[in-house]
Amino acid sequence: MGKMSDSIHEALSTIVGSEHVSKEPEELFLYARDPGTMQPREPDFVALPGSTEEVRQILLLANQRRIPVVPLGGGLVLSGLTIPQKGGIVLDMKRMDRILEVNESSRYVIVEAGVSQGALQAYLRKNYPQLKHSIPDSPPTATVAGNILIHGSGHLSQATGFHSDMLNGLEVVLPTGEVCQLGSCSVSPYWFARAPLPDLSGLFLGWFGTTGVVTKLAIKLYPNPALRDVMLFVTESEDYLPDILYRLTGTEMLEDLLVTMTSEPRWVEGMQMTRIHMAANSDEELELKRRVIKRSLRSYVEEKEGGFMDVLPPMKGSFLETPIRDISVFADSMKGGGFEYVGAIMPIEQFPKACREGASIAKRNRMPYVQIARIVGRAHSMMFAWGYPFNRADKRSLERAQQALDEANRAALDMGGIPWKAERPSQELILERMDPATRLLMQRVQRLMDPNGIMNPGNWQGDGDGI
Amino acid sequence: MEMEYEEVVHRCFRCGFCKFTSDYMNFNCPSYLKYRFESYAPGGRMWLLKAWLDGEISASQHLGEIFYSCTSCGNCKENCVMEFRDDLLNIFTAARGELVADGRIPPQARDYFKNLHTYGNPYKKARNTRASWAKGLDVPEYDGQEWLLYIGCVGSFDERGQKMAHSLANLLLSWDVSFGILGEEETCDGNEAQTMGEQGLFQLLATRNKEIFDRRGVRQVIALSPHGYHAFKNEYSSFGIEIHAVHYSQFLASEIEKRRDGLGNLSAKTTYHDPCYLGRHNKIYQEPRHVLSAIPGVVLEEMERSQKEALCCGGGDGNFFTDILGSGVGCPARIRVREAAATGAEILAVACPSCAKMFEDAVKAEANDARLRVMDLSEILLEASGAGL
Amino acid sequence: MFRDIDFLSSEANMYSLRYEPDVCAACETRDCLVKCQYMSLTSEEAREEKGKLLRGEDSRVLTDCVTCYACEEYCPNGNHPFYLIVDRQEEKGIHPVPKPVEKLQVRMMAPKGEAAYQEKHSPLINLCAFTPFEKISLQGKLFENISTVGGNDVFCNLMYLHFGRSSIIKERVPKAIETLWKCYVEKNLITEMICFHDECYGTYTSWAPAYGIEVPFKPVHFFRYVLDELHKRKDEIKRLNMKIAYQRPCSNRLIPETQPLVDEILELIGAERPSRTYDRENALCCGGVMRFQGRDDLADDVQRRNMDDMVATGAQVCVFNCQFCLLTMGEPVAKRGLMPMLLSDLCRQAIEE
Repeated sequence: MGKMSDSIHEALSTIVGSEHVSKEPEELFLYARDPGTMQPREPDFVALPGSTEEVRQILLLANQRRIPVVPLGGGLVLSGLTIPQKGGIVLDMKRMDRILEVNESSRYVIVEAGVSQGALQAYLRKNYPQLKHSIPDSPPTATVAGNILIHGSGHLSQATGFHSDMLNGLEVVLPTGEVCQLGSCSVSPYWFARAPLPDLSGLFLGWFGTTGVVTKLAIKLYPNPALRDVMLFVTESEDYLPDILYRLTGTEMLEDLLVTMTSEPRWVEGMQMTRIHMAANSDEELELKRRVIKRSLRSYVEEKEGGFMDVLPPMKGSFLETPIRDISVFADSMKGGGFEYVGAIMPIEQFPKACREGASIAKRNRMPYVQIARIVGRAHSMMFAWGYPFNRADKRSLERAQQALDEANRAALDMGGIPWKAERPSQELILERMDPATRLLMQRVQRLMDPNGIMNPGNWQGDGDGI
Repeated sequence: MEMEYEEVVHRCFRCGFCKFTSDYMNFNCPSYLKYRFESYAPGGRMWLLKAWLDGEISASQHLGEIFYSCTSCGNCKENCVMEFRDDLLNIFTAARGELVADGRIPPQARDYFKNLHTYGNPYKKARNTRASWAKGLDVPEYDGQEWLLYIGCVGSFDERGQKMAHSLANLLLSWDVSFGILGEEETCDGNEAQTMGEQGLFQLLATRNKEIFDRRGVRQVIALSPHGYHAFKNEYSSFGIEIHAVHYSQFLASEIEKRRDGLGNLSAKTTYHDPCYLGRHNKIYQEPRHVLSAIPGVVLEEMERSQKEALCCGGGDGNFFTDILGSGVGCPARIRVREAAATGAEILAVACPSCAKMFEDAVKAEANDARLRVMDLSEILLEASGAGL
Repeated sequence: MFRDIDFLSSEANMYSLRYEPDVCAACETRDCLVKCQYMSLTSEEAREEKGKLLRGEDSRVLTDCVTCYACEEYCPNGNHPFYLIVDRQEEKGIHPVPKPVEKLQVRMMAPKGEAAYQEKHSPLINLCAFTPFEKISLQGKLFENISTVGGNDVFCNLMYLHFGRSSIIKERVPKAIETLWKCYVEKNLITEMICFHDECYGTYTSWAPAYGIEVPFKPVHFFRYVLDELHKRKDEIKRLNMKIAYQRPCSNRLIPETQPLVDEILELIGAERPSRTYDRENALCCGGVMRFQGRDDLADDVQRRNMDDMVATGAQVCVFNCQFCLLTMGEPVAKRGLMPMLLSDLCRQAIEE
């Protein structure tokens, strides 16, 4: 699609105000990119809507004029899902940043789509300290909506599942301009659940913005116990982990559960550091949880094959941060400001294979590696991330990272996992393996929702001409 | 194209910690708050700078506006999680220096430099009117007194700034402080010239000041503006200028104990705004509060964002003059004034003439001038003692 | 890449324990085992197990020992019963601490080979692995003119006694001594090195001689230095007039001759150390190592008894010698109402810093 006409610019300016539209080279440059490895592609416009009505009018315009629209939250998905593949309008949703309502007794919050993770956390801490939401470890500028819509995970996922499981309802604008309420809010003034209605929210979860624009959402909130603690369990064989994780998740004592494997610092290479997070309302409760957790792994300790390590105060403080800042700092570990990872959702039993494969991919591509597995639910699955930092100023570093990521995507699929928030090449790999009837169903849904193909085109499109 | 700090610029991950306060409650980058495009956030500037250095984008009017909308408030340096965070403001200054060298600066910035060069102030006012703020007061010329009271350009020529200068001088006179002013000979401290990228001009101004200070035997300076204080304290020594500089809030805090009896009374709920060049840049948070707390009747109420979390008034890097950061309901000064009003305060206390000007304009724009007064520390002290205007 | 130490290296093999097996065999009291606070052995059982240890046979002592070092003090003959246990543990492939944790610690604390000559002067304080304490503790009048060294290259490594890994200590201590000598002591004409860490002093005055390793400088116990500095400033001392409980660390069992220094310091600064059950020769381990070993129930019990004992004396402060004890017990004692402090920090309070 070629350059848009001035009339589009004028129309957008009328909708959102001229100060909230840009077609300047500087904005187009920035919004063409994210901090990952995917190729930049410029939009024709960047627009900052301030309300659902403005979004609606933009979509009506875009639908009428067949202009691609790409919704953008924090821009930290890293896999290029917010990079406009076919030009058009990038909708930076972050002006819509109001926290609308907290329902304390039903423990949910309604937010606009541009509310950041950090702002929601800070707001709850100040106004509802007994409640919290599950926060991912992305930087706090990531939006709540963006993370939910890609099935993200975070600090409460071991206890409560994927972040999409915590969704109570959506307000969406369809590509054809209709505004819909999805979930209980479509019938009731309360946004308490998606049940017991047909779950139309599923039309927006995991679709990478190809079915419409989410403008509001309600998510579950959880009790916020006063005390939190973290323990580390160290092993030297990845083969132990499925059993260790199974035992730990069977205790019902944990909030968050992660395993990290890194090649740096050198002294942790080849070791698995299982990080066990607990929360409690009293010292006694915390102590009980510690005991139950330690008891679950006693046989490993007695056989000297695994051990708990005391986490000293400075390190404990950084592990208990929400979000953990060191994860963002890791992006600069190659002194290059670039970082992307393949996060594959896969069964726990594949842990040893995933671990070994990740190390070989890194070795083949002459890169350091970081692998983090976050356990979702009671070991129902895990988000296993193979992370590759790179130096943005060094083309070869970028190419090596791209190669490693491609190999990781393929490896994930080969072992029965599915890349999460998959970048376009990986989407194609997924679609290749997908049940054909399912692919057809996806195609039918997309055509129904977005007859003119304006929503984030180029994603979930297989060979590029539609699924 | 080469630039100092070039090897660091590409390391920005655009994670966005720089946009926030440290508890993530609020966006705290004044230009990002106003414009909300990623280009106006520190991370956006880093990426655009890298693109410009690599020749991927050209310098343009818009790029100039993006860089000159930064106020060097320091919030990014405070909150960036990367190891190069301490270089951030220097990088933006260096970028502006490149724009200056390239001739691609916004016209308002060009005017600023031109006026500074020609008139010794950005306002294009005649040098011999520099001391006109002192009219009606018997302010002595500096002639070897204990302190030089240094006013700066905003205090000398801006209407609101002049009121502040007048008030402080009045207070110091009433306290029998041994001080004098340079009067017409005072020349710009150059702090804004430096951060706006005109190193050459800054050097010229600093050298001029050195000559004046040496000739007139200046050893100790009380600075009205935190911008001037910052330059004297942190930059001037590299030009061989060895003076002991304090900000006037520090001076007042050191004197207030012996003057407790004469402070009078002012029953007013007051909130204090930490100016960037006093607070984040120089970590001076307690002295102004100490002054205010000492005044009988004053009840101090902190704003949601205070001390190192304070939201910049939007006046830095010459924006009080160039107005690139602009106005509008989303501009930082108006956001800050709304925050002040939310505390229930009747007085928004300031310690910087740029802040005074920005906030007084914002209060008027918010139509709140009946309920919220913008006053600096000296004005509050004078009013409490019954000697205020 | 790390050269993981899973074997007794040829370097380590150079050094063997100097003790008199005949003296042990002839010992009537077998205090080393009978007096043990954690293993319950009758005199006859002690004789039997000691025999096994001497003969290099399997003994339950090798798995039950909590590695508190106390038997080094209990032995009336200075015949190194604990060092023998550690040697035997390694010979038999016994790992008191889970192997991955051991490996992590061995790697993490490995010498980096980065130390180079630096100008230093007396008094020279070796911080060992506790370099972060320099900014926290080595400040003020008592430490005005010091210079310091620290870090992995001069780490004493004696903690591997808790891991049953003599070979690591034998490999690394000579290197640490060499680094200290060449980089900091020799050219700077320094003769004495003050050991901030109690265990460092034990390494150079007890362990090294026990294995025939020469130490070319004179180690000085940190409390000796502090006491001398306090004496210089006697007039400035403001007596604290408080009751304290002192947590005697494991490492001090290797150097019991330094115990009087604690009493002298406390006397000088006006801190009373009421007698209690688990002090001096009956001191209990802080429990930190027991947790490393996975013996949490034991650690909990030991800490509880120790703290109950402290609280019963009416002590206001729990005074620590060892920084690892402080990190382990600091929070628990604080929860019991005792302020945790290093002895040197208490001294700083006494001269009103």
